Amino acid sequence: MRAFRFESLVLPPEADAMRRKVRAFLENERAQRYAAHRSSWSTFDPEFSRRAAAAGFVGMTWPKQYGGGEHSNLERFVVTEEMLAAGAPSGAHWIADRQSGPQILKHGSERARGLILPRIAAGECYFGIGMSEPDSGSDLAAVRTKADRVEGGWLINGAKIWTSNAHRVHYLIVLARSEPPSENRHAGLSQFIVDTSSEGIEIRPIHNLSGGHEFNEVFFRNCFVPDDMMIGKPGEGWARVTGELAFERAGPDRFMSDIRLLVELINQIGAEPTERQAIEIGRLVSHFAALRRMSSSIAGLLERGESPATEAALVKDVGTAFERELPEIVRKLLPVEASLDDPDEYSQALAHVLLHAPSFTLRGGTPEILRGMIARGLGLR
Amino acid sequence: MDDMSAIVFEQADRLFKQHISKDVLSAAEGGTWPSALWEAVADAGLPLALVPEGAGGVGLQAADVAQLIRRTAYYSVPLPLAETMIANRLWTDGGGDVLSGSVTLAPVNPRDHLIIEQSRDGVVLRGTVHHVPWGGQTDTVLVFARDGDGKGFLALVQSHQVLVNGRRRNVAYEPRAELQFDLALPPGNVRPAPKYLQANGLMAFGAAIRAQQMIGGMERCLDHALTYANERVQFGRPIGKFQAIQHMLAVAAGHFAAACAAVDALSESERLADDEFTVAIAKARCGEAAGQVAAACHQAHGAMGFTQEHPLHFASRRLWAWRDEWGAETYWQEKIGRLICAKGGEGFWPFLADPRPLTG
Ligand SMILES: Cc1cc2nc3c(=O)[nH]c(=O)nc-3n(C[C@H](O)[C@H](O)[C@H](O)COP(=O)(O)OP(=O)(O)OC[C@H]3O[C@@H](n4cnc5c(N)ncnc54)[C@H](O)[C@@H]3O)c2cc1C
Repeated sequence: MRAFRFESLVLPPEADAMRRKVRAFLENERAQRYAAHRSSWSTFDPEFSRRAAAAGFVGMTWPKQYGGGEHSNLERFVVTEEMLAAGAPSGAHWIADRQSGPQILKHGSERARGLILPRIAAGECYFGIGMSEPDSGSDLAAVRTKADRVEGGWLINGAKIWTSNAHRVHYLIVLARSEPPSENRHAGLSQFIVDTSSEGIEIRPIHNLSGGHEFNEVFFRNCFVPDDMMIGKPGEGWARVTGELAFERAGPDRFMSDIRLLVELINQIGAEPTERQAIEIGRLVSHFAALRRMSSSIAGLLERGESPATEAALVKDVGTAFERELPEIVRKLLPVEASLDDPDEYSQALAHVLLHAPSFTLRGGTPEILRGMIARGLGLR
Repeated sequence: MDDMSAIVFEQADRLFKQHISKDVLSAAEGGTWPSALWEAVADAGLPLALVPEGAGGVGLQAADVAQLIRRTAYYSVPLPLAETMIANRLWTDGGGDVLSGSVTLAPVNPRDHLIIEQSRDGVVLRGTVHHVPWGGQTDTVLVFARDGDGKGFLALVQSHQVLVNGRRRNVAYEPRAELQFDLALPPGNVRPAPKYLQANGLMAFGAAIRAQQMIGGMERCLDHALTYANERVQFGRPIGKFQAIQHMLAVAAGHFAAACAAVDALSESERLADDEFTVAIAKARCGEAAGQVAAACHQAHGAMGFTQEHPLHFASRRLWAWRDEWGAETYWQEKIGRLICAKGGEGFWPFLADPRPLTG
């Protein structure tokens, strides 16, 4: 069997030190500012983001020159999982920190780096992902948004959909067709950094199942993007986007979205569970612990500069299966009906998770698509 | 992995390939002890792999021994080799000499207890234990027993001193037996158990062995299934080209990867099983994965996998047996659940995230 690159990884001492630091920060934040059971990494709170950045928890791995902290990926991993475990409202800076920033650092122009990265690291600049379109979700190579060359840059025309936070972020990284379609579906695509305050952009809200407005439709009409806001070279878009997805798929956010529900459940059950409760919780914890090690070993691969796309797909698939299963199990362990406006925290947490659960296995790529990638890694395609 | 480990791995692989055939496996399943294989394994020093060099062993790191145990399972080695490796380490840890010959461990069942007491004739060992791997076939049995005060001891018993009541086979047709002890032991054969065994006896070590073996067994099943899926043609193409088969095996690979991650944590301890919580996670996650992987691999093989002709069953039946031995998933899950509930919701994450001190 072709081996996947998961290696045993023991977190180094500097990661432990970082854990203590971020815990102290989060304890203070939680005491004053947010309800853990009701927020998650997708909760958008610019004030929180600025404070987290000021404390050194955004752009952690980037060079000092761009406002980064020059920490290792493993230290960043620890901060990520602590934020998730604490239910910190990190949604404003999350995408910029997780994938847009690293993408710009690696493949952006010098001007883009200097202009954007320090602001992300300061917790003041947020990003959205402009990949999906009405007719291209799973089949990303089918994007139709066009980029046409003009003097000094490109004109973007087309539409994106499901763009999380488009209405409150400063930039989108947009995947567009910069050459007419050809035999090779993956050729002729490019990624652009698009300023959401540019002319020719219209953003329309879409409401989700929990009543929230998180994602949007975005329309581009002759929206100008200067040359140096292209990521990489023209035509490299497919390689860039798949590289970016490895960042999007491998982190602990892919199995910890609803971890606060597990915490609340344990609180509700108390110190003396029934046999059935103990067994079910034990099972969930064993899954969780294994996922955590898979994800940390990917942080180790990233630290070595590798791009573990297949392993990331594997973590996302196994991780979101866990996220989806969690509310289905916990609802059977206690007779509590879920309600978003019940003052009881557990009822609220359950309602919140139930209504968000269908999205866990969609955002960032569906299991059906990820399993195809895994099968390729297994030598079946 | 250093040079020494590389040599041991290579030697072990060569030896397993050379000595293990379908005939050898079938004969072992019929009750024949594969003596040529055992001799080769013993000559290679494998039974002493985990014993430090200073104590007369090979001195491999736990992580390397884990790999070795996985290889034995990959080849379905029909011997209590892993038990012997662990027994040697436990016995020498307590100050004993390395043991010659094959050894098994007892009790393996959480409900079985052995009693040790002082009498006029010296030390006496009493009790019955069930489902002992290769019970009655190994040269010695390393036994965990408690005295009247609850203090734990390790005792070394020659197999011929034991009454072998029930000779049975698990679903992999590996020999398992009920052993009855009622004998006096020379003082040199009894030692206070090391501190890390005092609370739970041998359970964690046995579970760790089976978890490592399940990784090797799952890898073998997946290898069979992937090969078969690329060869077997239906509807004009290899079945591996169908999305349904791809997805089924991708899900199985996910279980396998998660199980590996859970079990890898064991290799970070010095003796493979020093930390009961980590063992519990490993055995629970791995046991669940083993069932899923075996099921998917059988499904991919169609009727061919349900025959004795195809070698898949040597690996899959072992998975079904091993996941239930030394505590099935539910046994370890319940332990995890009770521990976590005792910590409370807010204690859950810190407990899981921080490296914990090892017991013993
Ligand atoms: C909460 C949320 C936030 C999101 N945020 C963003 C964002 O910020 N930016 C962005 O670009 N996108 C975002 N997305 C979009 C997300 O990436 C897509 O929903 C996802 O890629 C699936 O595409 P789709 O919804 O068009 O489904 P489709 O591609 O239409 O798929 C529908 C179903 O068919 C299955 N399917 C499709 N093709 C195949 C195939 N070949 N084989 C088997 N099954 C198949 C899918 O797995 C799925 O189950 C977000 C989605 C959600 C739910």
